[in-house]
Amino acid sequence: MKTSTKISLNLAVVAALGLFLLWAQGALDGYKIQILNLIAVNIILAMSLNLIYGFTGMFSLGHAGFMAIGAYVCSIMIMSPEQKEMLFILDAAYPWVQNAHAPFLVATIAGGLVAAAAAALIGLPLLRLGDDYLGIATLGFAEIIRVIANNIPRVTNGALGFKGIPDYANLWWNFGWCVVTFYVIVRLVKCNTGNVFKAIRDNEIAAKAMGVNVFGYKLLSFTIGAFFAGVGGALLASLLTTIDPKMFLFTLTFNVLMIVVTGGLGSITGSILAGIGITALLEWLRFVENPIYFGDFELPGIPGMRMVVFSLALICIILFRREGLMGMREFSWQGARNLFSGKRRAS
Amino acid sequence: MTAAMFIQHFLNSLTLGSLYALIAIGYTMVYGILRLINFAHGEIFMLGAYFVFYGLTLVNLPWPVAIVLSILVTAGLGILVDQVAYRPLRDAPRISALISAIGVSFFLQNVAIVFFQAIPREVYRPSWLEDPILISGVRVLPLTLFVPVLSFLLMMGLVYIVYRTKAGLGMRAISRDIETSYLMGVPVNRVIALTFGIGSALAAASGIMWALRYPQLQPIMGVIPGFKAFIAAVFGGIGSIQGAVIGGVALGFIEIMTVAFFPELAGYRDAFAFILLILILLVKPTGLLGAKPEDKV
Amino acid sequence: MNPEIIFEAKGLTMRFGGLTAVSEFSAAIEKGSITGLIGPNGAGKTTCFNMITGFYRPTEGQVFLKGRDLTGKPPYTACKAGIARTFQNIRLFNNETVLENVMIGCHLRQKSNWFQAVLFMPGYIKEDRAMRERSLELLETVGLAHLANEQADSLPYGAQRRLEIARALATEPHFLLLDEPAAGMNPQESQELMQFVRDIRTDFDLTILVIEHDMKVVMGICEHIYVLDYGVTIAQGKPEEIQSNPKVIEAYLGEEYVSHA
Repeated sequence: MKTSTKISLNLAVVAALGLFLLWAQGALDGYKIQILNLIAVNIILAMSLNLIYGFTGMFSLGHAGFMAIGAYVCSIMIMSPEQKEMLFILDAAYPWVQNAHAPFLVATIAGGLVAAAAAALIGLPLLRLGDDYLGIATLGFAEIIRVIANNIPRVTNGALGFKGIPDYANLWWNFGWCVVTFYVIVRLVKCNTGNVFKAIRDNEIAAKAMGVNVFGYKLLSFTIGAFFAGVGGALLASLLTTIDPKMFLFTLTFNVLMIVVTGGLGSITGSILAGIGITALLEWLRFVENPIYFGDFELPGIPGMRMVVFSLALICIILFRREGLMGMREFSWQGARNLFSGKRRAS
Repeated sequence: MTAAMFIQHFLNSLTLGSLYALIAIGYTMVYGILRLINFAHGEIFMLGAYFVFYGLTLVNLPWPVAIVLSILVTAGLGILVDQVAYRPLRDAPRISALISAIGVSFFLQNVAIVFFQAIPREVYRPSWLEDPILISGVRVLPLTLFVPVLSFLLMMGLVYIVYRTKAGLGMRAISRDIETSYLMGVPVNRVIALTFGIGSALAAASGIMWALRYPQLQPIMGVIPGFKAFIAAVFGGIGSIQGAVIGGVALGFIEIMTVAFFPELAGYRDAFAFILLILILLVKPTGLLGAKPEDKV
Repeated sequence: MNPEIIFEAKGLTMRFGGLTAVSEFSAAIEKGSITGLIGPNGAGKTTCFNMITGFYRPTEGQVFLKGRDLTGKPPYTACKAGIARTFQNIRLFNNETVLENVMIGCHLRQKSNWFQAVLFMPGYIKEDRAMRERSLELLETVGLAHLANEQADSLPYGAQRRLEIARALATEPHFLLLDEPAAGMNPQESQELMQFVRDIRTDFDLTILVIEHDMKVVMGICEHIYVLDYGVTIAQGKPEEIQSNPKVIEAYLGEEYVSHA
């Protein structure tokens, strides 16, 4: 298929997305719009983790840490100094925290950059560790971030966290960033550097023998993934308007991991589909946690049931269909056309 | 700091360290034979405590019975988890089993939330453990002495099993070379099950003593101690039982003594373990007593 | 005119704890030659490869390529300097296509970076196209161009070996190390391999070092041979000398040793 055709198709999809968002803004109620927002953010988070784990093979469990960094940096920058004055009741914020103020775009990018910087910093010592050790080490990093957030009230307001963060993150911002993340990660994965990432995942020793500076590329993938995780965290903060350290427990990373595994490690298409499906599922499952009313009779909600179903689903996927929905396959315009014209692809 | 206070802190460190050590042993044994981080181990610890609680309150069992029963049931649960969630993945890439373990961990936590509810529960402490006794001017809870002693006995029992029984020989063989163990007629699956059983039993014992020492039960009570115990196992040398014990006790001391000498750091107490983890992974990833196999090129 | 020595190993020794895997391996390899490294199983041949390519840091000894000391440098440095290798137990990027495998080899000499790729800059696009063409040419050389879009692990064994060679060639090496390239081949394939190795030596201006068990292949293409046994170099010289060397015959005692027809 000609490149120009592909480009036109891609632009058409983006335009369609725009129209859909326009319609949704007017036609859907607040609850459904919130779900759409969450879908966008979760897709960003899933794609970023997929880059690190699905494509480069690094089992990083530290995503919540990068999200926390992005969330706090962005929130500090989009809240006005007056707001922060009122917020930091126990301890006054540092002046540089107090006075930081920037437009949403700048704040979000800043959140991503600081998260990326943190990734580069801890990546240096940690990325030479193998599989499970890397997992536990990155998990440790995320926990350290959380404990720090709890203990530096002059920056993060400690355990109280932030309330009343300006809710700039609407459909346009969230899906806008989603499209940008998608574009960057897809381009990255498709170019030869992406091939190198996958080579590192498939056979690190052979990659080294072929002249790949494996450590350098792992660091690159980790940092870029962390950037978008920070962006996701920043958007999440503005979306939820409140953040506190308890939000960034391992559970948060687990949710993103679930989406990536379900969609398929190494498939961006999978991350998108699973992002939509699982976000919707999580919301839908909320009904089991809330009481159901039959007239006067109340069937009490079962808190925790959501995660029971969720974790059971993950276990089943790992046991019975490890490759998730898409395995490592991706949607492609050529593939779709072949499907419709009844042709079977040569490979 | 007075001598009396120091002794207090010392005994508390020993107690906490023993509790960590018992949990760490389970992690290290499973990692030694399967190269798997059993994320769900912390939940086994938690369930051990809860089973005793419900044995006492719901079924009104006498203390000793409740404890023994709880340990047996928890051991059985540990074995069940392996059979259902890990065994099918023996030949799969290692990360799959790891993800499964994470899934089981969250599953058990939330099943506990569903059935036991998230409200912290008070555990009944028998008075002979509660009433402080006086030793050369220091007020000590009998419990604080009881825990390290009992833990020591349990560990001795474990050492006996591992080094003097055929089953223990099997465990050591499998942790060296699982393929050859199969070929040499070691009943690998049964030995693995036994390993999970023993590790879970020790974790349950730790959970029960933990609940007596810090008498508040919560479904998430296994999460942080679980992580910390795992870190202790890594610190001591993952795969080595002696390492797990040393690591556990060391972590107990680090946590309590650091805060004792630097009270301003109290808020960071939970982070000590994670900082220790990162340090040990950087300096000597195989831990104090451990040794890792080389990659064949 | 002195032949140019392109590669030198001086007293390479590898000790793992109490075990000496390789002891004092020294070699001076002429540019453009095909040299053999033979010996019974476990003699330390692949360990030598690993020391030369930077996967092991030699306990003692040095490695020089074109006069440059590469001892203990990481594998990617060795590759960048011009040493490429294949592996005894084939190491392909299984989830990538045949073409992608070779393109990963091209990556070493790539000038544009990922940033230019993401921004669709013309410099990248041109280079990407050039790399693809070059990769396809290399696949043509090994006869795999028609399978370019197949997944690497779907290839038959012999084809996988050839793919590994194509991938190694993509890194533009001066010195190529082949680890048992004829393993699993029938006599016909071995003959083709022999010619193939001679051809790429000429076409790509290579110096080649081969580990091989198939004596027909060794005697057929190697101009100089080193024989290892338990890590010790027990003999070296021209094929005829090696064939009749009693120490070599003794090392292979019990193994069927066929002098080439």
